[in-house]
This record gives sequence, C-alpha cells and structure tokens, in this order.
Amino acid sequence: MSDLNKMTIAAARDALRAGEVTSAELTEACLTAIDGADALGAFVHKTPEIAMERAKAADARLQGREEAPAMCGIPVGIKDLFCTKGVASQAASRILEGFRPEYESTVSQNLADAGAVMLGKLNMDEFAMGSSNETSVYGNAVNPWRAGNSDAGLTPGGSSGGSASAVAADLCLAATGTDTGGSIRQPAAFTGITGIKPTYGRCSRWGIVAFASSLDQAGPMTKDVRDAAIMLQAMCSHDPKDSTSADLPVPDFEAALTGDIKGKTIGIPREYRMDGMPDEIETLWAQGTEMLRDAGAKIVDISLPHTKYALPAYYVIAPAEASSNLARYDGVRYGRRAALSQGDGITEMYEKTRAEGFGAEVQRRVMIGTYVLSAGFYDAYYNRARKVRTLIKKDFEDVFAQGVDAILTPATPSAAFELGKTFDDPVQMYLNDVFTVTVNLAGLPGISVPAGLDAQGLPLGLQLIGRPWEEGDLLNTAYALEQAAGFVAKPAKWW
Amino acid sequence: MSIDTQTAARVAKLARIKVEDDQLPALAQEFSAILGFIEQLNEVDVDGVEPMVSVTPMRLKRRKDGVTDGDRQDKILSNAPDAREGFFAVPKVVE
Repeated sequence: MSDLNKMTIAAARDALRAGEVTSAELTEACLTAIDGADALGAFVHKTPEIAMERAKAADARLQGREEAPAMCGIPVGIKDLFCTKGVASQAASRILEGFRPEYESTVSQNLADAGAVMLGKLNMDEFAMGSSNETSVYGNAVNPWRAGNSDAGLTPGGSSGGSASAVAADLCLAATGTDTGGSIRQPAAFTGITGIKPTYGRCSRWGIVAFASSLDQAGPMTKDVRDAAIMLQAMCSHDPKDSTSADLPVPDFEAALTGDIKGKTIGIPREYRMDGMPDEIETLWAQGTEMLRDAGAKIVDISLPHTKYALPAYYVIAPAEASSNLARYDGVRYGRRAALSQGDGITEMYEKTRAEGFGAEVQRRVMIGTYVLSAGFYDAYYNRARKVRTLIKKDFEDVFAQGVDAILTPATPSAAFELGKTFDDPVQMYLNDVFTVTVNLAGLPGISVPAGLDAQGLPLGLQLIGRPWEEGDLLNTAYALEQAAGFVAKPAKWW
Repeated sequence: MSIDTQTAARVAKLARIKVEDDQLPALAQEFSAILGFIEQLNEVDVDGVEPMVSVTPMRLKRRKDGVTDGDRQDKILSNAPDAREGFFAVPKVVE
C-alpha cells in the first residue's frame, strides 16, 4: 500500500483489523511525511520513539482482533495545549519553556488507552489566544493551501493551526484541537478539513492548559465526518477530575451516520448575514442550504437576535477567565523564571517573568481581563457580559424549542488570509470568530465541514450547530452535507 | 471609554506584567480600541437577566473530603526553576 499517511481513520482501522497494514507501517509513513514538512511549522515537538513504541504495542494488541478499539494503531498529532507525560507541553508559550508534565491529560490518555499513536506536539497560538497561529513562540504554522499561483504563505487559522495544517497535509491521520471561540472550526474551514467542538462538558478539560474555563472544549480535527465521529468517541468520557465533565453515557457516534436527514428541520439564522461578507461565502451558504433541502430537510428562517453582541461579550468573558487562569505562571512552580537583578524582590520576579514569558497578545488579554474584573468595572463589564451570554444562550434555546434540529451558517467570514496581514489589528483579528463564538458562549456542539473552493482555489467551510448533547445527530447532518458537497480537493504539495 | 497611561500602568501592575514607561501610551491606545469594541454591550437591555454561572446546568458532584493522593514531592518540584531542599525557592519575601 502506498501513501499510508493519506488514509482516513476509518480506512486505516479496517485495514489494521484485516491485517493488511501494520500500525508500524502507518506510523513510519507519517513520521517520514512529518520530517519532510518542516516548512509547514506544524509539528513543534516530534516524538518518533514514543510513536514507534506505541505502534508496536498497538500491532501486538491488534493481532487479528476484530474487537480492537477503532483508534488502535492510528497515528495522531496532539495540540501543544494538552499535557503529555514527559513530553514538552508549552501551550506555544515561552513561559512554559522546558516544562515536562508529570501527568497526561485525560483526553490524550483516553486516546492512548484506545491504542492511538502520538506522533508529536502541534503548533498553535500562544495559550490558544489567536485566530492565525501567529502568536506562537515557535513561529507561524503555515497553511498547505496556496491561493492561485501565488506563493505567499497563508494562515492555517488558529488557534489549532498546527493541527489543521498537519491533517490537511497528511502528516497524520487526525489531530486533537481545542476550541474556546472557534479554534477548531475556523482552522478546519481554512484548511479543507473537518473539525467538531462537542457540547461543553463532553470532553474532560483535565490536563489541558486552561485559557477560558467556561468556554474551552477539546475536539477532533479529521479528514472527514466519519473520522470525526470515531475520534470524538475515543476522546469523550466522564472524568471526576473535571467537575464540569458530564456524567452522561457517550453514544456510538459513528452508528449515527446514516446520511438520512429526511424530516429534520434546519434553521438559517438571518443575523449571520454580515455586511461586507464576500459573495462566495454567501453563495456557498445558499448552496449548502439547497443541499440539505434536497436531502429531505425542512429549511426554516430563524432569528438569533443577540448574535451581534457575542463577540464583545466573548472579549470580556474570555480575557477575564484568562487573567485568572494565567495568574499561575509566576516563575515559581514550573516554566521560565526571568533573570533577576541585585535587590529584586518577589514582585519584580513576577513582573519580569510574565513580561518576558508572555507574548504581546497574551499580555494584552491578561490585562484586559484584569481591567474588566477590577473594582469599579466588574459590574459594568464582566457582569453585563455574563448577562448578555445568558441572552445568547436563550436565543438558541428558543429556536430549538421551535423544533429546529440544527443550524447552518458559514464557518468563517473569509477564506484563509495571508500571514502578517491582520496581525497588528487585534479587533480586526477578533472578527474571524464572528460565526463560531456564539456556540462556545452557549455551550453547544458545532462542526465545520469543507463545502467548496473560492475563486482562488482555497477551501471554504460551512458550520452546523446542534442541540446540546446531540453530537450524533449533528454528525449525521454533517455527514449528509459532506456527501452532497462532495469536497475532495487537496492542496498541491509545495513543502 | 478612553484609557489614559496612568490607568494602563495600574492595570499592568495589577496583572504583574512589567511594562516600560515608553510602552504605556501604545498600550493605553490598544486598550481603548478593545474597550470601545466591548462597549457595544451597553446597547443590550439586560434588566432582570441573570448573569450566566454555568453554561450546562448541572449539579456539581460531591465527594468525601479525604486524602486521595500524595507523596509526590519530587514530581511536584521537578519542573521548578529553583527548588532547594524539597522546597520551591523564591527571592526573599519578608525583611
């Protein structure tokens, strides 16, 4: 078999179970692809020894066993935000330089227990704060896609930019991502892959470096919807170590993929029609709507009246939680400590360590968060944002109560943009999350599915938003959309 | 709302991030731009709305208040920038 690294999880699983391929062969193919792709900046810590060891263990476990877990022997990449025992876990920050966790995150442990093979750690925006992977201490991750004949480097999106780049370039079969405001769905859309953020509480947050705890969720980034169902299943679990982890059974997500959405009601929210949105996005959205209608779904216009206020609410709540979560980086217990001058006390140690350890965007958000939580502003900013969040969630509850099963929107307001273009304007950069951030604020599951190419040949994605805890139904609607869209384009290899 | 350099300096101090004086005007300007964006929230009628505490209504689990783990001093200290004699070491705190 050739091009093993290009396989889907489902195809590799079937070939592994049938004994047609070994995990060692799959893993070697991925490691070779990774070594040839340094120009993408996707893998920032390679772990080939761990990978080969786990591949051999998976092969021993597979030995003709049909009942081996679906992820057994599947080589995956892990976002740098996940703590992995004994392996650098830096959240792409200078302040965690040299940090080697003594423990493993629940999600990566679940994957390892299922027999998945870790190939290494993936690039991302520092502490997951960014939409272009340009705030990383490791440097940019680069999109394997290029616009037309241009050789300008494009962003793979962020914050899970390394994960998106690696999956799109076939450096791994799939990767983990995390999503606080769109960090799985936006990069998935920018790179022509599938990414799902499950309902808040589906995946344990334990061992994932915290950004905004009430919004953070892990999820898979994969080559298609079936793979997303298979990998999500392996990542989810109830975890007593995360008090917000849901004590609910994890259904068989793959079994939900029938492709039959007859009689389902799909809502099209009028507030997502933004001024200045490119025609191509508008057209794609209309085409996606027709595809679902043709598949037998009932299409209804809906209103989510507080959509406009989701981004400003997010840019209060997320920085507020970040300022609190990132207080732990003090140069005492782990990571980097700044060199001190004669006579410096503990306050100077904190201030110097955090000034040189955090990048500009992280500093900006920690300080904004500090400001909105400070005495005199707490009510005006933080409490008001939390009230608006209640209203945003109610918008969704109202349409679900009217019988809507899923909501179709564009995933992003544009295709992937050039690296360096928007970086200096924080507010402009924040607008990238305009279609995705409502989902985090409401705690809902959302999935990005590649649905077409723009005039420059760049992938565009559509987002489906589902009811809480109904990822299976959401994945099935996404599966129907995927089949109708028939997206098969791949980036031409230049790296 | 426009943020002055004095407020920017105070926020930096509260956040324990050292910002050089010559960087403060640019920082104040960035804060003003971001807060200007956030101020759209003032258009929303939030009278009688409860601020969200938990996005998925759930009862937090309880457990026995007992020791479940421990004796990991070496592991806890293994990533410390400065650990001595079984402790985290920091600059002198009390004169």
